[in-house]
Amino acid sequence: MTAMPRINRRAFIVGTAAVGGGLALGLRFPFGPEVVRAADGSPEINAWVVIRPDDTVVIRVARSEMGQGTITGLAQLVSEELECNWSKVVYEYPTPGANLKRKRVWGDFSTGGSRGIRMSHSYVRQGGAAARMMLVQAAANQWNVAASECSAANSVITHQASGRTVAYGRVAEAAAKLPAPDPKSIKLKDPKDWKIAGKPVKRLDTADKVTGKQVYGFDLKLPGMLNAAIMECPVFGGKVKSFDAAKAESMPGVKKVLQVGDTAVAVVADTWWRAKTALDAVSIAWDEGENAKVSSASIAAILKAGLDAPQAFVGNQNGDAKGALEGAAKKVEAVYAYPYQNHVCMEPMNATARYTPDKCEVWVPTQDGEASFAALLTASGLPADKCEVYKINLGGGFGRRGAFQDYVTQAVRIAREMPGTPVKLLWSREEDMRQGRFHPVMQCKLTGGLDADGNLTGLHVRLSGQSILAAVRPAIVEKAKGSDPLSFQGLATSGEHAFGYGVPNLLIDHAMRNPHVPPGFWRGVNINQNCIFMECFMDELAEAAGQDALEFRRKLMAKYPRNLGVLEAVAERIGWGKPAPKGVFRGLAQMKAFNSYVAAAAELSVEGGNKVKIRRIVGATDPGYAVNPAQIDRQVAGSFVYGLSALFFQECTVKGGRIEQENFTTYNSMRIAQMPKVESIVMPTGGTVWGGVGEPTICVAAPAVLNALYRATGKRIRSVPLKNHGIQLV
Amino acid sequence: MIRLSVNGKTHEVDAEPGTPLLWVLREQIGLTGTKYGCGVAQCGACTVHVDGAAVRSCAMPASAAAGKRITTIEGLASGKVLHKVQKAWVDHDVPQCGYCQAGMIMAVAALLRDKPKPTDADIDATITNICRCGTFQQVREAIHAAARA
Repeated sequence: MTAMPRINRRAFIVGTAAVGGGLALGLRFPFGPEVVRAADGSPEINAWVVIRPDDTVVIRVARSEMGQGTITGLAQLVSEELECNWSKVVYEYPTPGANLKRKRVWGDFSTGGSRGIRMSHSYVRQGGAAARMMLVQAAANQWNVAASECSAANSVITHQASGRTVAYGRVAEAAAKLPAPDPKSIKLKDPKDWKIAGKPVKRLDTADKVTGKQVYGFDLKLPGMLNAAIMECPVFGGKVKSFDAAKAESMPGVKKVLQVGDTAVAVVADTWWRAKTALDAVSIAWDEGENAKVSSASIAAILKAGLDAPQAFVGNQNGDAKGALEGAAKKVEAVYAYPYQNHVCMEPMNATARYTPDKCEVWVPTQDGEASFAALLTASGLPADKCEVYKINLGGGFGRRGAFQDYVTQAVRIAREMPGTPVKLLWSREEDMRQGRFHPVMQCKLTGGLDADGNLTGLHVRLSGQSILAAVRPAIVEKAKGSDPLSFQGLATSGEHAFGYGVPNLLIDHAMRNPHVPPGFWRGVNINQNCIFMECFMDELAEAAGQDALEFRRKLMAKYPRNLGVLEAVAERIGWGKPAPKGVFRGLAQMKAFNSYVAAAAELSVEGGNKVKIRRIVGATDPGYAVNPAQIDRQVAGSFVYGLSALFFQECTVKGGRIEQENFTTYNSMRIAQMPKVESIVMPTGGTVWGGVGEPTICVAAPAVLNALYRATGKRIRSVPLKNHGIQLV
Repeated sequence: MIRLSVNGKTHEVDAEPGTPLLWVLREQIGLTGTKYGCGVAQCGACTVHVDGAAVRSCAMPASAAAGKRITTIEGLASGKVLHKVQKAWVDHDVPQCGYCQAGMIMAVAALLRDKPKPTDADIDATITNICRCGTFQQVREAIHAAARA
C-alpha cells in the first residue's frame, strides 16, 4: 500500500555526523575495519543486531508498534536465529533517513496490511542468523578453532571439545569487524525447532505503559517547544476564504495565528489548551465549493444506481453467472450497505516539527516512517540529507497513520513559519473525526440461483461504491485499467484475499462510485463489508435451499480445505449442530484475508426484541505460522472489539459535504460491559506463505453476529450500523 | 494562581479559569501520563484520582481541584513498587498500544479501593473507559487477579 518516497538518492552524501534516533551513520566496507556503532558506542554486528558489552542485545525493528505486538514478534524471530538470551533483549527503531542512506538495509518501514511479520520474517531471521554466525566465528578465531566446532545458545558460545565458553558481549567487537557471511550459507531453523519464536512470551514494551512513562507523540517535550491547534475546512475540497485573528491574537499565550496551506488555520501558543481555546475564537470563512451540496442521501442514491449499472469492473468470474441465474429453479436477491467509518485512534493525530534552513526534523507516531519522511521532504522543500524523521510508538493506528501524512505536512508548514522553534501540532478529537480517511462506503446486490436440489448454480455479487486506491494509489488503478483490485478483498480469483467457495457460475464485479469524502485503509480494509455481504448472503442462500448453514457452505468448499478447516474448528467449538441453550442463537462466517484463513462463530441472545447480548464468540486463525500465540489471541479479541463496535455503533454521516459525528458522544465504541467472551483458536498449518494477524479476524465477527441475530429475531438486517435499526448491544 | 496538590507535591499554576485539570497536569505540571482522548468525559483516558475518587480530568476545571488530593498514574506506585493493579497489568500483558491504559488503571484502582473483590457486574457498571485496541478481556482478567493479590 505504499511506495518508496521519491528521493534522488544521488543527493545523499554519507557523512559522519550522528543523525540522532540512537543510530550512528556509516557504511560497512566489505574488507575494511569500519565498525558501525550505535549511539552509545556499542558495535553493530549487522543492521539488525547491536550487542553491548553487558550482553544486552539491541534488536532493530523497522516496522511500527501501534499495539499489535510487532516489536515483540519481530524481535522473537531475530532472537530465535541469533540464539540470544531473550531476557536481555531490547529494541530500537532505525530512522527513515538512516534507512535511505544505507540503501534501505532495513527494507520496508510500512506497517499496514497485516504485513509486519509476514512480509519481513525471512530477512529478519537471516539477519539474526548472520549475526550469530559472525559471533561464533569471532569466538572461534579467538580460540584458533574451526567455527564448525562451536555452538551458540542463550548468548553464550561454546567450543564443545574444550568446553571453553564466551559471552556475546565479549566477542561483539571482534564479530563486528568480520565480513558478513554469504547469504547462501545461512540456513534458517525449521519452525518446529523454535524456542523463542512460536512461544507466548510477554511483550517487550509493557513496563512504561503501566506507569505513564511511555512518551507518545502527544506527550513529546522539546526545549523551547510551542503547541499548535488546527482546523481544516470541514468540507473536503474546500478552502480558507478569509479569517479574522484579531481576538485570538490577544489571548493569553498566543504566539501566532496562521493559514496552513490553502485549507486550514492554526494557532500556535505556549500551551495546546491556549492554542485550542484561541482557535475557537478565530472566525474563519470557508470557500466550501460544490461539495457542500453532498449528503449521505445523495451518496446513497449514486451507489444505488451503481447496483444495476451496465458498466462494472470484473474482479472474479467463471462460467456464465447471468445464464445460470436465468435458468435457476429459485432465485434469491438481497441488497446490503456499509457506511463511512472513522478509525478513531485513542491518540488523535499529531506531529512535532523543527525547521531551520539547514535541517528539518519531525517526531511522529507513524505506521510508515518513510511515508512521513516523504511528506517532510515535500513540505520542507529541503533535500533529503537535511531531513530526518524520528518514529514514536503509536497510540493506535488502524490504517490512519500510514498512507496519510497530512498532519506531518501541516506540522512542517507551521514550523517553517517559525524557524528554529519546535512546534507540536495536536489535533482535537473533533478535528480527528472531521478529517478522517474514512472506511469507504459500499452497497452490494447479491443474486444467487439454486437448482431444484438446493445447489448453488450461479452467483452474481455486484459491489457499488468507493475505491480507496483510486484516491490513494491512482497509479495502481490506472495500471489495472480503471479497476481497484483491492475492492475485491476476500472475493478475489486468487492471492492473499482469494474467494473461498467454488461456485460453478460466478460473477463478482464493482461499479466504482467515488464521492468526495476521502477514503482510507481502515483495519481490515475492504474485507469488512465484503465478508458481511458474502457470509450473510450465504446464510440467506442456505435458508432458501432449506439447508444447514454449515452444510451448505461445506458443499462449496471442497477445494478450499484451509477455509473449511477454520470454519469447522469454530463450528465444533461453539457446538454447531447441537442444541443451544434456550434463547441462545448461533451464527458462522469465514474468509481468507491477508493470507490467513479465519472464521468466527457467535452465540447471542436478544431481550425485548432489540437488546443483544453476545455471550461468546469463537475465532479461529490459520496464519501458516504463529510467532506469538498469546499476542495473536489478543489481536483476535481486539479485532472483534473494533469490528463489533463498527457493526453496532459506528457511522459517519455526511451533511453539507462534511462529517457530522465529531466525538464519542455520537460515535460510540464498545465498553467492557459489552465485550463478549472471546475464545481464540490459533491453528497454523505451515506452508511457504505466512499470513497476517492484526486484521484478518476483524471481518468475521460482524457476519457471525448478524447471522445469529437473524436466527434470534427472524429479521434479516442488511445495513450497518445496527443502532440505525434500534438495536442495542448490552 | 491555582494551588494544586499532585502526587504529594504542591504546585502553583497559572491557568485561565475553566482550564481543565487534564491540561494543567499535562502542560503546566508536566505529567503527561494522563491522556487526552475526547475532551468530553466520554473515553476515560484522562482519569485521575481526586480525593481518592476516579475523575475524568478533561471535564473538571483545575480550579475545582484546588485544595484536593490529586493522584495521577505517575503517583500510583509507591516508589519503585508498582500498585497491585499495575503489577496485574504487567503479569497479564494487558496493554496493546497502551494509550488508554493509564486512565483504565486509575479507574480500576479506584474501583478496587471501593470494592476490593468486584464481581463482573461491578466491573461492567464502573469501568466505562474506551479502549480502541480492545484489551477488555485482559483488563477483566487482570482486575480479578489484582483483587486476589
